[in-house]
Amino acid sequence: MRIPLTWLREYAQVPAGATAEDVMTDLVKVGFEEEAVHRPSDEISGPIVVGVVLSKEPEAQSNGKTINWCTVRVVPEGTEQTLDIEGIDPSGVQGIVCGAHNFEVGDKVVVTLPGSVLPGDFRITPRKTYGHVSAGMIASVRELGIGEDHDGILVLSTLGLDPDVGSDALALLGLEDEAAEINVTPDRGYVFSIRGAAREYAHATDSVFVDPASLVEVTPATGPGHGIRLADETPIYGKDGCDRFVARTVRGINAAAPTPTWMSSRLRLAGIRSLSLPVDISNYVMLELGQPLHFYDADKVAGEIVVRRAAAGETLKTLDGKVRKLDPEDLLITDDSGAIGVAGVMGGASTEVNSKTVNVLIEAAHFEEVSIARSRRRHKLPSEASKRFERGVDPAVAAIAAQRAVNLLVELAGGTEDTTSTDVGTPAVAGPVFLPLGFTSARIGIEFSQEQIIGSLRDLGAVVEKVDGGYSVTAPSWRFDLVTKEDLTEEVIRLVGYEQIPSTLPTAPPGRGYSRVQQQRRRAVQALADSGLTEILAYPFVSKSSNETFGVATAGQERAAVKLANPLSEEFGFLRTSILPGLIEIAKRNHSRGFHDLALFESGLVFLPSGTLGSGSIPPLGARPSDDVLDALDGGIPYQPLTMAAVFTGKDSPVAPGHAPRAWDWADAVDAALLVADVTGVELVVAQGSHQAFHPGRAAQLSLRTGEVVGYAGELHPKLLAELNMPARSVAMEINAEKVFDAAADVIVAKPISTFPLATQDVALVVPADIPAQTVLETLREGAGELLEDIALFDEYQGKGIPEGRKSLAFGLRFRATDRTLTADEASAARASAVELAAERFGATQR
Amino acid sequence: MSQKTAETPESTTEPLPVPDPLDEAAVGAAVENALAAIAAATTLDGLKAARLAHTGEKSPLSLANREIGGLAKEFKAAAGKIMGASRGRVAKALAARTEVLEAEDAARILVEETVDVTAGPRRRRAGARHPLSTLQDRVCDIFVGMGWEIAEGPELESEWFNFDALNFAPDHPAREMQDTFFVEPPEAHLLLRTHTSPVQVRALLERELPVYVLCPGKVFRTDELDATHTPVFHQFEGLAIDKDLSMADLVGTLEHFTRQMFGEEARVRIRPNFFPFTEPSAELDIWHPGAKGGPRWIEWGGCGMVNPNVLRAAGIDPDEYSGFAFGMGIERALMFRNEVGDMHDMIEGDVRFSENFGMEI
Repeated sequence: MRIPLTWLREYAQVPAGATAEDVMTDLVKVGFEEEAVHRPSDEISGPIVVGVVLSKEPEAQSNGKTINWCTVRVVPEGTEQTLDIEGIDPSGVQGIVCGAHNFEVGDKVVVTLPGSVLPGDFRITPRKTYGHVSAGMIASVRELGIGEDHDGILVLSTLGLDPDVGSDALALLGLEDEAAEINVTPDRGYVFSIRGAAREYAHATDSVFVDPASLVEVTPATGPGHGIRLADETPIYGKDGCDRFVARTVRGINAAAPTPTWMSSRLRLAGIRSLSLPVDISNYVMLELGQPLHFYDADKVAGEIVVRRAAAGETLKTLDGKVRKLDPEDLLITDDSGAIGVAGVMGGASTEVNSKTVNVLIEAAHFEEVSIARSRRRHKLPSEASKRFERGVDPAVAAIAAQRAVNLLVELAGGTEDTTSTDVGTPAVAGPVFLPLGFTSARIGIEFSQEQIIGSLRDLGAVVEKVDGGYSVTAPSWRFDLVTKEDLTEEVIRLVGYEQIPSTLPTAPPGRGYSRVQQQRRRAVQALADSGLTEILAYPFVSKSSNETFGVATAGQERAAVKLANPLSEEFGFLRTSILPGLIEIAKRNHSRGFHDLALFESGLVFLPSGTLGSGSIPPLGARPSDDVLDALDGGIPYQPLTMAAVFTGKDSPVAPGHAPRAWDWADAVDAALLVADVTGVELVVAQGSHQAFHPGRAAQLSLRTGEVVGYAGELHPKLLAELNMPARSVAMEINAEKVFDAAADVIVAKPISTFPLATQDVALVVPADIPAQTVLETLREGAGELLEDIALFDEYQGKGIPEGRKSLAFGLRFRATDRTLTADEASAARASAVELAAERFGATQR
Repeated sequence: MSQKTAETPESTTEPLPVPDPLDEAAVGAAVENALAAIAAATTLDGLKAARLAHTGEKSPLSLANREIGGLAKEFKAAAGKIMGASRGRVAKALAARTEVLEAEDAARILVEETVDVTAGPRRRRAGARHPLSTLQDRVCDIFVGMGWEIAEGPELESEWFNFDALNFAPDHPAREMQDTFFVEPPEAHLLLRTHTSPVQVRALLERELPVYVLCPGKVFRTDELDATHTPVFHQFEGLAIDKDLSMADLVGTLEHFTRQMFGEEARVRIRPNFFPFTEPSAELDIWHPGAKGGPRWIEWGGCGMVNPNVLRAAGIDPDEYSGFAFGMGIERALMFRNEVGDMHDMIEGDVRFSENFGMEI
């Protein structure tokens, strides 16, 4: 809401010299944030005066143009120029070259004298042009920043003005006024008016407020006016779409009369363009009182006006010339011809007021908020009117606003007031709210006096009665937001001042600290970073094809994913089922910026829908849904496990003297995945894996001991890397961290530490090349029995000396007993039984 | 840097005469010769040569010593005493010189082993946390230190948890101000949460009262990315529900937190605002003593006393319990606390951005 200061001053005591900034500083105290200052004088400065054209000589130029060489008197006749600026003639008459032709000798015009500055930092100086020295300019409305018209210069008589020559044109055109723009929260629709803003300013500054509504005297009706019938047969939420409709008529207006500059300049500062006098008047009254009005050309309205919901298939050509298909929920203004407006949103073209309109029918109605909001959304027609109706308009001000419009049409457009009037409907009246004694003090933490509570609420316009155990408060007609004792409490402290609230620190009951999962997550993320990876946070929006490549192991298999209804980009219209696409995008961005050796990771949620999405219906607000309904709500929300992923490209470190960097390889990816498990005390089983995004021979599948697959790691598929324009041999891992964390033991049981001597034995086995080393290792462990303390693979070999299709694996075995020193024979026997089992399982032979 | 020099005594002098073991003067001269040679040795090799020449089997002192065996019985004791003392002097001098030269040698080796420590490689790769997650952890630590707990919930949420449970009426303009990402199909009533407030409702439904929880996490609005906006950002919201909590408790909690976060000089200021889920509602400004360009007030978030309808949605009697809630943006904090000038830096994943912070914030 933009508040022109001259307008505010009419109803509130704004100190002389206060600026828009000062006004905003005051309003922020009562809850209105500063948005902007609108001050034309920041852009335009004088001397800019009223001049009268003394002579006008057309001169044809060689370029085909005709210019006018004019003399313009810029001081009152018989006086001399008092301004002493280079280029301003002491005689008070300026010679000016003017390209426009829409004026005559004797016209009063706006002269921008040398030394003045126009919007766009346009500085006026005397300049030689077309063989003359042109000492100033005769300005157009566009040059002055007050309109779009640039067809000619501004002739003041067209605005109905006949000012004194030499007088200040900036003041005349309202360019010395300024506006404060504030943000109005959705609960305070009444502040979308000077009336509301002035009231709030008075609250903020503890000063006197004059209600503009109280200054309007509504003419007593001498009989019924235009026929109006309210016929909403399908109210939304049981509330009538229209519960008050005031209709007034003004006859014999001159619709083409100019809008006075005091009005057009205020509208302009308020952000509304001056269009024609009747339209300007309706906007002016709306801004002043908060009541949107609609003016119909009374001669185009056919018969009684009926307010009703639209019929199926009904259409309306709106003021903007578009034909709109109406929805049965749209509330319409209709006459015998059908729809003539969508109530509170936009009028129809057929009854529009134009420059030939003589008789005006004024609508000042109260429409229900939800109905207007839905129509506005449905037709994408935000307007000044709908903005106010959606937030709630004071139903008590309708007749007053209509009268104000009548008065202005009479005064400015020469119309005659019809003393008949229609006022139908019964606005709902909110009942009193009970505010218990002590409630406000307890809720805020201040001991309020009775005077503070009653005084604050009465200042708002509420009616307050002291009753047994508290106060009975009836909110003013414009405050729909005051329905609970908490609402009233906010008003009391808002008017007393939030800065009065003291500070006390409540003590929380003893907490349990971080949960297990929170600790595990932090440890895992920190471990990845500590091991040299860089954490990134990508957007979770991905393409369908990314999900189909990374989110599912087998190519061609459907990957159920959540599709956004309103994505920022159609391409990335799905929620991720894998972290990797985002990581890869970011790896590529880093490459393009010259960083090729990367180790990146992200920890975040992925979205894995299965079954039906959502729960169908939404329970109402203000009540706890049943357990079944809550279960249904939760059941419709897709599984969103915490997932960790990493991507590595290039080398593990920069080259340095005495240091040869190593290219990241598949084992680094597996290691990163195992790290997440290691630091949370979980053992993962690594097995040869198969995932379409990975190299078919260099992918590890990672499982829990239960067999559940929780992730993949290895080299990304060379073909995919090429398609993605990623460096060859890039490696990656992705793991469902939630499942890993869940597998952690509650308690780790200590193992006895034997201090008896160690017996080591090595064994080299030749096995078929396709048997995973891990399988051989597990077999040896099983075969060796309980004397085996540890076993590790220390060499893998294929080639000379080993038959084709076989490989040699060398293991180091460590034997130790818990109760005695092992003999060499015992260790050898254990080793032999391990080898025997391997021989039995895969035909392993000792090398 | 060869230390080899040809300084061995025998290479430069005639074979030395063998003294009579009873001739104290002659033995003394041989000792002096030996001591001079030992003192003259400047390397361990030189010292070895001197040792061989003056204490070796063929050395005058050894040969003289051997002659004691051939002496008459009555002379043996005197000669033995002379020779013992003499050879002792030489052995002592040798030991002392050895120690000196070995120390010199060790020192020389250490000098030779000198490296340019400024040219060494970094062996351990330096990783980094994203500053948003580090800052989020920092905030959580402060509240956990106050006895609060951390609550979390899904990012893809039911509309009821995100709006209705928080007292957003279905057609209220406040709902539209949240620029929500909805998902297909619309009748599923699922959305990307626009704030972490749904977690508050979940906490109230799941936990025993009183509840003091902090809800950090990712939230979503349909804003295009620019220098100050991003469609995905991070918040933390606090919720305290207990008997007799007041707005003064809200101010005190925010003040305590702000001081932990920005130093003892930090202060908070609240002013009226509107949110559907709180009544009264307030906007939160903090006085940031370390702000770039000098201390100043900075808008940081919203707060207020929990609206009774939110409590009712969780089955809590608002006449028995009351409480407060607040919410702040982590990106915004990173902007004013760490002087990040452009939102792009936080989301583009440029490694320089995270690496600048490392593990700290």
